[in-house]
Amino acid sequence: MAQAVRTIEMERRSAKRRRVTGRFALYAIAASAGFLAAFPFLWAIITMFKEDQDLYVKANNPFWFNKAPTLEHVRFLLFDTNFLTFVRNTVIVGFAVVLVTLAISLPAAYALARLGMKWGERMGIGIFLVYLIPPTLLFIPLSRVVADLRLQESLWSLIIVYPTITIPISMWLLMGFFKSIPRDIEEQAMVDGYSRIGAVTRTVVPLVFPGIVAVVVFAFTLSAHEFIYALTFNKASAVKTIATGVPTELVRGDVFFWQSLQAAAVLVAVPIALAFNFFLDKFITGFTMGAVKG
Amino acid sequence: MTTATTPRQPRYLLDNERVLAPLFMTPAVLYIIALVGFPFVLSIVLSLTDATVGNPTYDFVGLETFRRILFDDPVFRTALWNTFVFAVIANVLVVVLAKALAMVLVSDFRGKWFVRFLVLLPWTAPVSLATITWLWTLDSIFSPIDWVLRSVGLLDGNIIWLGKQNLAMSSVIAVHTWRIVPLAAVIMMAGLTSIPQEIRDASEVDGAGFWRKLFQITIPLMAPIIAVAALFGLILTITDMSVVFVLTRGGPTHGTQVLSTWAFFKGIEGGSLGQGAAIALFLFPVLVAVAALILRMARRREVL
Amino acid sequence: MAVVEVRGIRKMFGDVPAVDGVDLRTEEGEFLVLLGPSGCGKTTLLRMIAGLETPSDGEVFIGGESVNGLPPRIRKIAMVFQSYALYPHMTVFRNIAFPLKAEGLDRDEQREKVEWAAGLLDITRLLERRPRQLSGGERQRVALARALVREPDVFLLDEPLSNLDAKLRAAARDDLLEFQRRVATTTIYVTHDQVEAMGMGDRIAVMNHGKVHQFGTPEHVYNDPADTFVATFLGSPPMNLLHKGKYVVGFRPEQFLPESVANDGGATTGFTYHVNRVEYLGAERYLYGHVRGFDEETKVIAMLPVTVQVPITTDQDHRFAVASDKVRYFLTETGERVDPEMLQAPLRP
Repeated sequence: MAQAVRTIEMERRSAKRRRVTGRFALYAIAASAGFLAAFPFLWAIITMFKEDQDLYVKANNPFWFNKAPTLEHVRFLLFDTNFLTFVRNTVIVGFAVVLVTLAISLPAAYALARLGMKWGERMGIGIFLVYLIPPTLLFIPLSRVVADLRLQESLWSLIIVYPTITIPISMWLLMGFFKSIPRDIEEQAMVDGYSRIGAVTRTVVPLVFPGIVAVVVFAFTLSAHEFIYALTFNKASAVKTIATGVPTELVRGDVFFWQSLQAAAVLVAVPIALAFNFFLDKFITGFTMGAVKG
Repeated sequence: MTTATTPRQPRYLLDNERVLAPLFMTPAVLYIIALVGFPFVLSIVLSLTDATVGNPTYDFVGLETFRRILFDDPVFRTALWNTFVFAVIANVLVVVLAKALAMVLVSDFRGKWFVRFLVLLPWTAPVSLATITWLWTLDSIFSPIDWVLRSVGLLDGNIIWLGKQNLAMSSVIAVHTWRIVPLAAVIMMAGLTSIPQEIRDASEVDGAGFWRKLFQITIPLMAPIIAVAALFGLILTITDMSVVFVLTRGGPTHGTQVLSTWAFFKGIEGGSLGQGAAIALFLFPVLVAVAALILRMARRREVL
Repeated sequence: MAVVEVRGIRKMFGDVPAVDGVDLRTEEGEFLVLLGPSGCGKTTLLRMIAGLETPSDGEVFIGGESVNGLPPRIRKIAMVFQSYALYPHMTVFRNIAFPLKAEGLDRDEQREKVEWAAGLLDITRLLERRPRQLSGGERQRVALARALVREPDVFLLDEPLSNLDAKLRAAARDDLLEFQRRVATTTIYVTHDQVEAMGMGDRIAVMNHGKVHQFGTPEHVYNDPADTFVATFLGSPPMNLLHKGKYVVGFRPEQFLPESVANDGGATTGFTYHVNRVEYLGAERYLYGHVRGFDEETKVIAMLPVTVQVPITTDQDHRFAVASDKVRYFLTETGERVDPEMLQAPLRP
């Protein structure tokens, strides 16, 4: 009897030990993964506030402020470089891309989700495949198209071309959201006296609002992310976006303004990452909704 | 009775699905055809010509361009080999690390939101800006990694990460892996959470330990979604040029040149449109195969 | 108020007919029930009347005018869906006012009418709530109020009670019926529940496989089923059917009584009934068994009310009988009912 009790007590203790080890391992992995992922950004954050005399001394601890931190390089970035132009360009392109994307993908997604087309599903998959065609395959011919349309060296080139990336994925995303809204709702609105389009805009569109927000965030962040097309079409500083302007323009000859560069990376990357992160769950739900109910 | 199916008045046309559906689809289809389909065809046409920016007359030269880049262009062969090495190594790393990361991110712990934010940072930050932070981290003189190695006495002087062929290639692979792991982890998280709780509970009751559960339950059940994540990663590594472009610009002396950057330098910077298009198109058959695989996997798993 | 009529209406989904040539005509202010098992085409028929589905063939008339090709909004109908389809992003008030907004009524008129409809259905206190804060019964009332508020010519109701639990359903049935009597608007009601159909319908159209098998008053449909499908679909337990050559003999379980009780003066038809099992259900006894002289595999059920006290032993033969005028005959081949006079040979076992 006493023997048995002790065994159970030992089992209990070893189970607890294992649980504690498991938790410890979990926290250790989570912490080191977070550190590894964020490391270059952490160092960028330290760098952006450093004095030149502090930064460019090999022996100095790079993770420590050997001289008092300064905002001078952030000021330099904001007021003595084209950074704000890049920001403005990115915002303009972002908004325009959002508008084009929504105007085209909302009706198309609705058609794919609702209006019983035999080829609807096949078309949906076809459009999803378009998403898998990478910019690297198309940037050369598109540079010709953009040149022939006389759109190079202008923001219009990006506004016209980015939707080729955002439309397929937005359609797929919105299709999932549309499918999650019961058909009854819009049919009820049609019986209640509205035309089909009226019914959809008054009842379905408000209900897929989370999906629309997800598309807005996606299309907007894409405009800040995209690199290849922006690099190919626009070479003048005045029409560059953040993604291309920061790595190519904040260098004067051979002189890298490292603190300002890092400041630009941090100031842009962190808010965008926050927005993206916030909506990530929405993206995932949207995708799986498209799948499960497809 | 044909009147049964046709609306009697044109103002009700928009209530008719057969009118509305094509109307709603047309803009999207036209857009895609005009700016994806047409450029794609143009890309094939360009690759069969010797067009340059200065002389865009599109003289047809057949497969001559392909012959030239394959046999007369040593950089192309380096780029092809680099693309291959790069894609394979990066993806093995991505799958292993993403699997581990996904398992951590599905469990509950304090500060999960913040860890998730940090972990996703490499993917959610614009690629060129993320690479800029690495460019500085791998700086030839002031790299903090070198500093740490020097402080613990493992290093004298500097490593010069991006200056030597093998080190530069490893750096590019590492940065790419760093960037794609979060995405692959997110895809795998979706797969992990889709494993029915009962199966996990059953294995728990059956007394399976961590590793047994991992290799006999989680991984087999997740195999298709791991494949999907890997294939997405593959597409991203094969086609993305931003990391190489910002980090090394293909250097040192084309040591890290990949097909996409080489296509850019040839086609856009060098102005040889035909050659650039041919180099870029080299990726296409691989991509088709990968995409077909993705679709098959995804359909079977019903994730897409 | 209007008469709804469908003529030769048909709907194909691919090669499969969902509704296969239906003719129906309601009376003014009538409560008409479309009854049938799921997949019989009743909902498709209702949706074609609403204009949500385009008929492959045939015509729909509302108030004497053909409405083919007209979208739902022109048809002056109101519809209540099985799910109630309340707009989740609007308050109850805005839900009810939604059809009025479509008509372009000004705010005061809207408020007045919403309050009138809400008062009629006793939901005035719910007006500022959102649909997800309502119980099933309350949602149904809101859906009805929204249907009512436009004062439509026709109500179309698609299984509006099937989402309610059993207890609530009986009360909701009363409310709905009382409400329909009060507004006296022509109503077409789709259900698969025969109790609802019998209890509510002025007339019932029994449907199966896209066709109307019988159209008549509840009594008529129950007592004189047009064919074996109607005979077995209505009634719980269903009509007993015994096969004998070219004919099928049918009688209702509650008409199948011990001979001593069944004989109340009129002619009776007797059977030897082998009882296998007896079920006591309080108000009645169910007997399960088969009838001698017919296929032993054919289960025959008798339902004895509690007032019939005759003791029944199991695994034994008993003499049972049905009043002869309650026996129905059908053709084996088509299942159609035939007049007893037309029978070629007497079927006395």
